[in-house]
Amino acid sequence: MQTLNSGDTETIRRIVAELKGRPGPLLEVLHGVQGALGYVPAAAVPLVAEGLNISRAEVHGVVTFYHYFRHSPPGAHMVSLCQAESCQAQGAEALASHARRRLGVDFNQTTADGRFTLEPIYCLGNCACSPAAMIDGRLHGRVTPERFDALIAEQRK
Amino acid sequence: MSVRVYVPGDAGALSVGAEEVARAIALEGARRGEAPEIVRNGSRGAYWLEPMVEVATASGRVAYGPVTAADVPGLFSANFLKGSPHALHLGPAESLPWFAGQQRLTFERVGIVDPASVADYVKHGGYQGLSQALSMGGAQVVQAITASGLRGRGGAAFPTGIKWKTVLEQPAGRKYVTCNADEGDSGTFSDRMLMEGDPFTLIEGMTIAGVAVGAAQGYIYLRAEYPHAHRALKAAIAAAYQARYLGPDVAGSGKRFDLEVRLGAGAYICGEETSMLESLEGKRGEVRVRPPLPAIKGLFGQPTIVNNVVTLATVPWILAHGAEAYANFGTGKSRGTLPIQLAGNIKRGGLVERAFGLTLRELLYDYGGGSASGRPIRTVQIGGPLGAYVPASQFDTPVDYEALSAIGALLGHGGIVAFDDTVDMARMARYAMEFCAIESCGKCTPCRIGSTRGMEVIDRILAGTDGERNVQLLEELCDTMVQGSLCGLGGMAPFPVQSALKHFREDFRARSQA
Repeated sequence: MQTLNSGDTETIRRIVAELKGRPGPLLEVLHGVQGALGYVPAAAVPLVAEGLNISRAEVHGVVTFYHYFRHSPPGAHMVSLCQAESCQAQGAEALASHARRRLGVDFNQTTADGRFTLEPIYCLGNCACSPAAMIDGRLHGRVTPERFDALIAEQRK
Repeated sequence: MSVRVYVPGDAGALSVGAEEVARAIALEGARRGEAPEIVRNGSRGAYWLEPMVEVATASGRVAYGPVTAADVPGLFSANFLKGSPHALHLGPAESLPWFAGQQRLTFERVGIVDPASVADYVKHGGYQGLSQALSMGGAQVVQAITASGLRGRGGAAFPTGIKWKTVLEQPAGRKYVTCNADEGDSGTFSDRMLMEGDPFTLIEGMTIAGVAVGAAQGYIYLRAEYPHAHRALKAAIAAAYQARYLGPDVAGSGKRFDLEVRLGAGAYICGEETSMLESLEGKRGEVRVRPPLPAIKGLFGQPTIVNNVVTLATVPWILAHGAEAYANFGTGKSRGTLPIQLAGNIKRGGLVERAFGLTLRELLYDYGGGSASGRPIRTVQIGGPLGAYVPASQFDTPVDYEALSAIGALLGHGGIVAFDDTVDMARMARYAMEFCAIESCGKCTPCRIGSTRGMEVIDRILAGTDGERNVQLLEELCDTMVQGSLCGLGGMAPFPVQSALKHFREDFRARSQA
């Protein structure tokens, strides 16, 4: 397990202290940690457990249950492609193949230069404008391979 | 006074360029010295026309769409601020055939009001329902909800009034109102549209529920995939506190109601109500065994209302207009209206709110205009990833809970995903199993193991290994999952598979290796 630098340790302690008084705070705390560090490091688990006075197993169980929490640092840009039915009906699979080729990575991988992490996502609620993608929290609809390339080029600027 | 221009801030509209359009209008307006006031409204739900810009003229709002940033200088030159003709001129949005036949009750304000303004909400009839509720007393409010015939719009279609009555009847003490905003079904976006376009309606509905059953705390459990809705809700809740519609003295009634948004973390299962409660408590989102019902022992072990966004957002209309007015819409046991979402391979996708009872064909062809690809629509999946595939031969089925159930389908949250005749139904069946395997909470065996075995069996069929025997095995596996799973995920994931086998058996055959 990697150790945390003192800044990150401090950040996690602060987040726990801020939220520990709230009812059922664990998910909120983990959102806070991922929001601040970009992922939930394994070394954060004992800190959070101690701060909330629950077992490490409980924290680990929650971190690993939810797809949203990442266990390693993501690339500089998060690229999520919707793979659910509505987007499939509008070519999501072909778009995903294109994206894999274009970025040279598979789903849930980060490009060698650390710029992009590609991940599948199951519904962005943009089903009337399928296929949909989200890049760094920005939603995109009617994404053709050409549009995908343009969006990636924009991030590279 | 500057002209008011509406440019949707809805996530769907933003996804096709609404932000760039708003910026271009502000820039071009400033350059010409006629900068309009820009309101970021929700979407009216005609997504093929997004970004749809509306201009407030002396004779009402005039729509233009779909507008790109590049169209903006031309719109100014054509004098669109006065509602003048232009190639993108649509006229009043209400006059479009898409809207003319709709019966918008729950969505009456979505796309019309400024979602950040309490004052605008009140101006458009907001908080009339709450004021009625405060004058009625809890039992009478619950009676009105029961009489309206409102059923849970999240998918389970359980009578809302009965849930509320159970919570009301629990001894006074800590009770909760929770809103399930974990809208994870592909093909659905009505919750998102409402939260972004008219969040106060949801806040008012939850406040009415709290006041009625004696709950002082509300939680909205929102999926993490909806950052725009998260921002809209947080802003609206802050504004409602500011205007004293939330807090220790709701609208001067002396009653307390507090409301908070909690984010999910990408688990489809958390749309199941007991799993959602676990997640709200900060735990793994594993389903609970029922009984006890959440209405008796729900969040933190206390009596809890769990309702979907659209259900709660319909409450203010019912209180403001009366239960009978709502029950007058619809057919049989499906009373009121349903915000239906048209998605997938469809020419005109978007939101249609209509009374129950119109047919799939009317929806797909009159509203939807057929497939986007121009090819025949072969099937639709209704009700999300756990919903059955309905073949074209059954498109004359009316959209109501009972009629769909009679053909082995389910309405769910009202999402309809269209597929043209290029769809491979064996692959869609495999996807249903794959999705279940990804999203299973792991608590019960039929769901956890069955979904993975299901994928493998379909792979064998596609590979040409013992086709007939494996099709039979797949059918048996589906039965086991339906009968043996703890909740709707494993219990319903076989529905798309079974319907594909029933209606499109010809697709379950060996493929040549690509």
